[in-house]
Amino acid sequence: MTLDIDIQNLTVRYPGVTAVDDLTLKLEGGKIYGLLGRNGSGKTTLLSLIAAFRRVTEGTVLVDGEAPFENERLTQQICLVRESGDIVVDGDSVKGILRRSRRFRPQWDDEFAQRLLDLFQVPLDRGVAKLSRGQKSALGITVGLASRAPLTMLDESYLGMDAPSRYAFYDVLLEDYIENPRTIILSTHLIEEVARLFEQVVIIDRGRLVAHDDTESLRMRGAAVVGPATAVDDFTTGMTVLGEQRLGGTKSVTVFGEIHPDARAVATDWGLELSPVALQDLFVHLTKGDPA
Amino acid sequence: MFDDRSPIYHQIAEAIKNDILSGTLGADEQVMSTNQYATYYRINPATAAKGFQQLVDEGVLYKRRGIGMFVSPDARDMLLSQRRDRFFADVVEPMVAEARVIGIPLDDVVARIQTLKGRESA
Repeated sequence: MTLDIDIQNLTVRYPGVTAVDDLTLKLEGGKIYGLLGRNGSGKTTLLSLIAAFRRVTEGTVLVDGEAPFENERLTQQICLVRESGDIVVDGDSVKGILRRSRRFRPQWDDEFAQRLLDLFQVPLDRGVAKLSRGQKSALGITVGLASRAPLTMLDESYLGMDAPSRYAFYDVLLEDYIENPRTIILSTHLIEEVARLFEQVVIIDRGRLVAHDDTESLRMRGAAVVGPATAVDDFTTGMTVLGEQRLGGTKSVTVFGEIHPDARAVATDWGLELSPVALQDLFVHLTKGDPA
Repeated sequence: MFDDRSPIYHQIAEAIKNDILSGTLGADEQVMSTNQYATYYRINPATAAKGFQQLVDEGVLYKRRGIGMFVSPDARDMLLSQRRDRFFADVVEPMVAEARVIGIPLDDVVARIQTLKGRESA
């Protein structure tokens, strides 16, 4: 079972700042999404509204066709794990957290939870306050994955984990997603590490939607044009230029937008090299400017 | 395994073609499932499926319902002939262009090729 998300003209205002600004976004169920945005771009606010942690005041958020707020049928099916950790609370124990999750999550898998805790080396009989930052993150992820919620959202959940644990997490996530397809949204700053796990990418900046596309299609919409400076300038005239670099007589210009096959042929004739851009570079170009 | 220079699904298709050309994958041999492939290379299964679908569309692989994907009997011949067609445009012409730029007389290039040919037949 997977859940669709349909967001229309969503706006969230905090005193002095618009956190989400007239956002419209449709996410089909059953895919792995990457939600990318700079700090303060509105990612966490957006996910909190989808997870019914907050009430929607302007616009609509529908999950599986219904508003999630105070909707018990839906909230059991939606799991959001935030980096700040509201699942993992000091004063609680690892066992206690698992017990509560088991009670609240209809698709909860105890064996899987145990396997994940072993994998991430989180001791079962310990108080949460005694766990390291990485272990707390791992516990959050364990709850997120073992819940098998049809809509699972992990918001920067694995920030405290070291590289081997993160890669173990990527592997187990993919494996479990293949066996138990569901809608998964990952928000992350570690774009290069996870980009290949995403079927689609959503980029938001200052509360607005900047891009939403298949990861590979999005990547192909950006191109680095490299060659003799004058030829590069002529070729990129009229294109959306995201950035440029110059080294002697050679210039590299990053452009965003479809490049027609005819234009590609011209580039070859002019001795220009066209290459796709890494998702991280595209993200940096699309969201640069004053931090929110 | 993969880089950022072209779409991942394109690189998957190329990797499988190379395995067929080198004989690592034989005619009518079963290839990895898209899920196995996705898990192994840590990529989204939909991306892997796109690479495999491209190969099915090109006639390099064929599907057997409920079982999996297999190498077409004539895949290797087809790929060899495509690579041969591209060889002069992709390899020889850039080589000649490069030789011109750096001032190597074409006669020297031909002489070297003759030497290599002699060694091969020796």
